Amino acid sequence: MTSQPTPASQPTPSRPDRTAGAIETVFRMESPRIIAGVTRVVRDVGIAEELAQDALVAALEQWPRDGVPDNPGAWLMTTARHRAVDLVRRRENYARKLAEIGRTLPEAAAPPEEPADPDDIDDDLLRLVFTACHPVLSTEARTALTLRLLGGLTTAEIARAFLVPEPTVAQRIVRAKRTLATKNVAFEMPYGPDREARLGSVLDVIYLIFNEGYAATAGDDWLRPSLCEDALRLARVLTALMPKEPEVHGLTALLELQASRTAARTGPSGEPVLLRDQNRSRWNRMLIARGFAALGRAEATSGGAPGPYLLQAAIAACHAHAYSYEETDWSRIATLYGLLAARSPSPVVELNRAVAVSMAKGPAEALALVDALAGDPALRDYHLLPSVRGDLLARLGRAPEARAEFERAASLTRNERERELLLRRAAEQP
Amino acid sequence: MPRFLTLIRIDEKNAPAEGPSPELMERMGKLLEEITKAGVMLDTAGLTPTSDGSRVTWEGGQLSVTDGPFTESKEVIGGYSISQCKDKAEAIEWAKRFLSLHEDYWTITAEVRQITED
Repeated sequence: MTSQPTPASQPTPSRPDRTAGAIETVFRMESPRIIAGVTRVVRDVGIAEELAQDALVAALEQWPRDGVPDNPGAWLMTTARHRAVDLVRRRENYARKLAEIGRTLPEAAAPPEEPADPDDIDDDLLRLVFTACHPVLSTEARTALTLRLLGGLTTAEIARAFLVPEPTVAQRIVRAKRTLATKNVAFEMPYGPDREARLGSVLDVIYLIFNEGYAATAGDDWLRPSLCEDALRLARVLTALMPKEPEVHGLTALLELQASRTAARTGPSGEPVLLRDQNRSRWNRMLIARGFAALGRAEATSGGAPGPYLLQAAIAACHAHAYSYEETDWSRIATLYGLLAARSPSPVVELNRAVAVSMAKGPAEALALVDALAGDPALRDYHLLPSVRGDLLARLGRAPEARAEFERAASLTRNERERELLLRRAAEQP
Repeated sequence: MPRFLTLIRIDEKNAPAEGPSPELMERMGKLLEEITKAGVMLDTAGLTPTSDGSRVTWEGGQLSVTDGPFTESKEVIGGYSISQCKDKAEAIEWAKRFLSLHEDYWTITAEVRQITED
């Protein structure tokens, strides 16, 4: 900084110019791109991650001594890729030697030309996204690997976010990398008929991460905002990488709009505040505006055939447009849930449609829809079914039945905060 | 992940009269693309000179409006960005990258401020 500092604010001394902390910051920012770029060379995300770490170690040794390169990200990338190319060459030499004695190893990819083109890096990043969310992996492995490789979270951070022991997460990640290697999962973008399903899998992983933060399935916190933010960042990255995909814009719009309510969703002591009771002046207008913009892009690219994320974003937009719960366009929401049910039928969608119908047409009509779901095995232990049913019964003046439903819902939820809320509602019944 | 408001402060009296060079604009465009693709940038814009601006002040129970330019301020806000970063170190790193795009004859300060989350 060359401006004249006032005596009150001296420039922060930093000798050498970048501390180890600042180098690690640069590395964390660049690591998804580095891992992606290196995976293209070595075809193995585990090895790529190790080579990226090696580049960090090299930076920690060299930068404080020789000064910081003008483009630290490019330095890390080039260093990691050089090591990758060396490794591939060593492998090839080894394979040649084996061949001389009559044994073979799988063909290694030819090392790419230097330096990396930014567009190539974007493509590599997308390949990494599709690899981390590959269907050969379990859902748990996909979320852990995505947060690790693309979200830049440490194993400890992932473990904290999902309330599981750190060794469990570490194991999951190791096994996931091994599965990708043993199943010879190609480091490529899916084309052809399974592309849509593969993209759907990526979007589902991001949505799952968001939801775990938005309505934690277990534990004492109602909300874990950091997970929501990690998911939202992944969605924003994907939007920039795949600007022609309506469902990517749809997912981003949905998450921006849902995240806009974060501040209003908890009360002073961390208790959940339901949509109808939220102070809407606390909804974040910037996120709402971003959500609307993303929804517009989703609609513009969808060619009039809205996918499930676009439809859910359109529903979230109905809430965002309303200044109060009563002013919400419930009949439009019910219509959108109808479209969603036709496009990807599920009992949970049907349950949400019932809630919208109860607001648009009254609780009696909605109760018929909910009762039709009562026997669905998928909802047998889903706490929101008795919770919604209890709400409808309470509105119909059937207090004893409502109380029983709220108590049943409380016994089913694994979230402490939600249990308290449901028991309170049970106790409120006259 | 906290959000940050980064205020770009320039000395209007000594800033290049013709504004940013075409080369600088191109470098800024590239960086903006990079920061957007990193999922970090929420909003950013440059501001017109303070000669177009006004200050509205409330003091001693009285309102007053002062039209620009704000000649008594050595540095005025020339632009801003709102970003969402893992921590302040990351926000500072992006600010450094933005500043170092400029030619040596610029004197420019990025003030990185965290936005309070309620």
